[in-house]
Amino acid sequence: MTKKILIVDDEPNIVLSLEFMMKKEGFAVAVAADGDAALEQVAAFAPDLVLLDVMMPKKSGYEVCQLLRADPARAGLKIVMLTAKGRETEVAKGIALGADAYVTKPFSTKDLVAQVKLLLA
Amino acid sequence: MNAKIRFILAVGVLVLLMTGPFGLTAAIVYADLDAAGRAAFMADMDRWLPIGGLMTVVGLFLGLQLLRALFKQYVQGLMAMAETLRLMLGANRNFRVAPEGPPEVQELARAANDLAQQRDALLDDVEARIAQANASVEEEKNRLAALMSELALGVVVCNLDGRILLYNNRARLQFKALAQGPSAMSGGALIGLGRSIFSMLERAQITHALENIRQRLEKGSAEPVANFITTTRAGQLLRAQMAPVLSNPGEAAEEARITGYVLTIENITKSFEREAQRDQALQSLTDGSRSSLGNLRAAVEMLRDNPDMEGELRERFVGIIDDETARMSARLQQTTSEFADSLKTRWPLEDVLGMDVIAAAQRRIEDKLRLATKSETLDDGLWIRADSFALIQAITFLASRLQDHYDIRELRFRLLAEGQMAFIDLIWSGTTVSSETLYTWELEAMSVGGDTSPLTLRDVAQRHGGEIWYQREKAAHRAFFRFVLPVAATPVTQPGEARPVPHGESRPEYYDFNLFNFSDTRIDLDRKLTEVAYSVFDTETTGLEPSAGDEIIQIGAVRAINGRLLRQEVIDQLIDPRIPLKPEGIPIHGITEDMVRGQPTIDVVLPVFHEFCADTVLVAHNAAFDMRFLQLKEESTGLKFDQPVLDTLLLSAVIHPNQESHKLEAIAARLGINVIGRHTALGDAFVTGEVFLKMIPLLAEMGIHTLRQALEAAEKTYYARVKY
Repeated sequence: MTKKILIVDDEPNIVLSLEFMMKKEGFAVAVAADGDAALEQVAAFAPDLVLLDVMMPKKSGYEVCQLLRADPARAGLKIVMLTAKGRETEVAKGIALGADAYVTKPFSTKDLVAQVKLLLA
Repeated sequence: MNAKIRFILAVGVLVLLMTGPFGLTAAIVYADLDAAGRAAFMADMDRWLPIGGLMTVVGLFLGLQLLRALFKQYVQGLMAMAETLRLMLGANRNFRVAPEGPPEVQELARAANDLAQQRDALLDDVEARIAQANASVEEEKNRLAALMSELALGVVVCNLDGRILLYNNRARLQFKALAQGPSAMSGGALIGLGRSIFSMLERAQITHALENIRQRLEKGSAEPVANFITTTRAGQLLRAQMAPVLSNPGEAAEEARITGYVLTIENITKSFEREAQRDQALQSLTDGSRSSLGNLRAAVEMLRDNPDMEGELRERFVGIIDDETARMSARLQQTTSEFADSLKTRWPLEDVLGMDVIAAAQRRIEDKLRLATKSETLDDGLWIRADSFALIQAITFLASRLQDHYDIRELRFRLLAEGQMAFIDLIWSGTTVSSETLYTWELEAMSVGGDTSPLTLRDVAQRHGGEIWYQREKAAHRAFFRFVLPVAATPVTQPGEARPVPHGESRPEYYDFNLFNFSDTRIDLDRKLTEVAYSVFDTETTGLEPSAGDEIIQIGAVRAINGRLLRQEVIDQLIDPRIPLKPEGIPIHGITEDMVRGQPTIDVVLPVFHEFCADTVLVAHNAAFDMRFLQLKEESTGLKFDQPVLDTLLLSAVIHPNQESHKLEAIAARLGINVIGRHTALGDAFVTGEVFLKMIPLLAEMGIHTLRQALEAAEKTYYARVKY
């Protein structure tokens, strides 16, 4: 069965690469540009994994992550945080709030794909 | 029994001794004889009695002379000597007893003289030692004064009530520079002996720093000092270091008590701004570039890994590369040219023991919120880098929110370390909080009770380079807020002797260590006149009728404390009355239209004067007149001068009720004060101040010691009934 990935980022310049890459790897992909849209898409698209940017308008990635984790129906959902915030405290916060992985920009696309595959295996 | 009575008694005894035996013998002989013998005896007596009587009288006379001579030499002579000895004891040290009279008395006089000689030698020695000690104190005092004035740091010494006991010129200049606009006119009116430091620095911050020092002292720290950064009302950034002034512990091994503190103050606004700018440039370049670089890298890797990508898609990836490189160039340009315009400042932090912060926060929460607290796991060796004041505010704020909105009964604390991060957890059980709630609280200005901080939780977290989040412990049915802060290296503390030496007492220009004994800043009416801080002032006005529109054109004020007039703590300010001056007034006050034009108006000057007078008793000559002018401004400025007012005119009437004139010149002449520079407001304030200080001992002679007594006495005088 095709795994579904939701890409949540407000920057089209990264979305294009992520979308292209994930499609190429054979995933079904949907995109959301802000926190609220992300929550809607999670409900509608029912992804297996969310690539979640931290710095977004409306709701931050942290907040989205926490809301998703509060929903017991989505216990199996994997969350990978993608962010330009690379401080140790921010990584700790992401993990504490329930992210499965925390990837700091700039990242290697290969590593990201490997990480995603590992989480979905 | 005095000497005279004893002399009379002695004479009586002498008379009895000389006549008694003879009379008694005659009586016995007479009793023994028969009738014939008695007749012969009486006949013999008739013949011999005159001679015997005469001889007795002569003998008595000689005896009397002898008695008198002895009495004079021994009794009266010794009494006179006693008087001269008393004289030597008190009034005239150099007086000596003249050796007169009988040899025994002379010997006594010589012995007394020798004793006096010995005493003088001892006294001279003691005096020499005292003089020597005074000279060395004086020398030390001067050395300290010189040292203080040379220091490039501002130094302020306060007692525990925040009263300023000492400040140096640099501190004065610093606070003067801080004083905004009109405050500058009073030469840094805020700083002054006996004034409260809290008019310049935040009370809570000082209290907090003192608390930190106390804890350090209890732990026997070798360096019981606290550092903090504070902003002034003018937005300047000050770095302060506080060190305690300890009481002399004395012979017994009792704990040294904190009696005050030394603040060294440095204005770091400029250097801090530069530092912050550098920081910001760095941060904007690193954080800002990450995202673009991430986009670039992903796009480049897509192109590299997919050489057979179709044309249109390839174009879009190339477009991203184009776009992101342009954005990075622009950002670089922007940060280098105008970095850190409106960026939030990051705060310098201090190393503190995590436990101390939590203990302080617990105390504050229990005091302020009456909310029970408990500690769970506390890592007792964990040092964190923090602005403990802001951090405790943040913790208290969260606690108050939890209490208000979720009605929690108890808050538990946990302190953990993980790598370079320290976690402070605020744990409660029962009600859970929605995650949005914390996001709302994070952005509110923190306020607890009446205290409001301009900072938000987010600001505090950012200041520390930390984070804050909300987590649940489902199994235990509880939840917690977690502060993450950077861990500090554990400082090596050696309990040692390097404690500050208690300062001696001395009083050159900017000091008055006697103020250490002053307590509480409130004006207490039962305080002694000698222990009150005064603001002596005078005004010049356009005329004598405030209610008919006359205005103040000059205010002069000087502070008096501890029996001294502080001539460097003054206000001397002309004021534009915004009405024409009356020509008849000009010769009196010597102030012309040109002089007042362009000067600040009363609504600018009055707040400065009000602040200058805060927590002090007002003194003026014919105060009712000046006070009337001030009271008429109450409504428009909103400033009330409601402190006690002493009037030198009324006090003069109390002291010399029978004198005709109680004009300032007349009083000054009576009290022997040189009058210079009269009829400028400051000149008159100086004279009034001198007069007032001379009056204090005169009032004390009349039994008027306290502020209340002085006010009551003044009220009863005739002059008090004349009203403006």
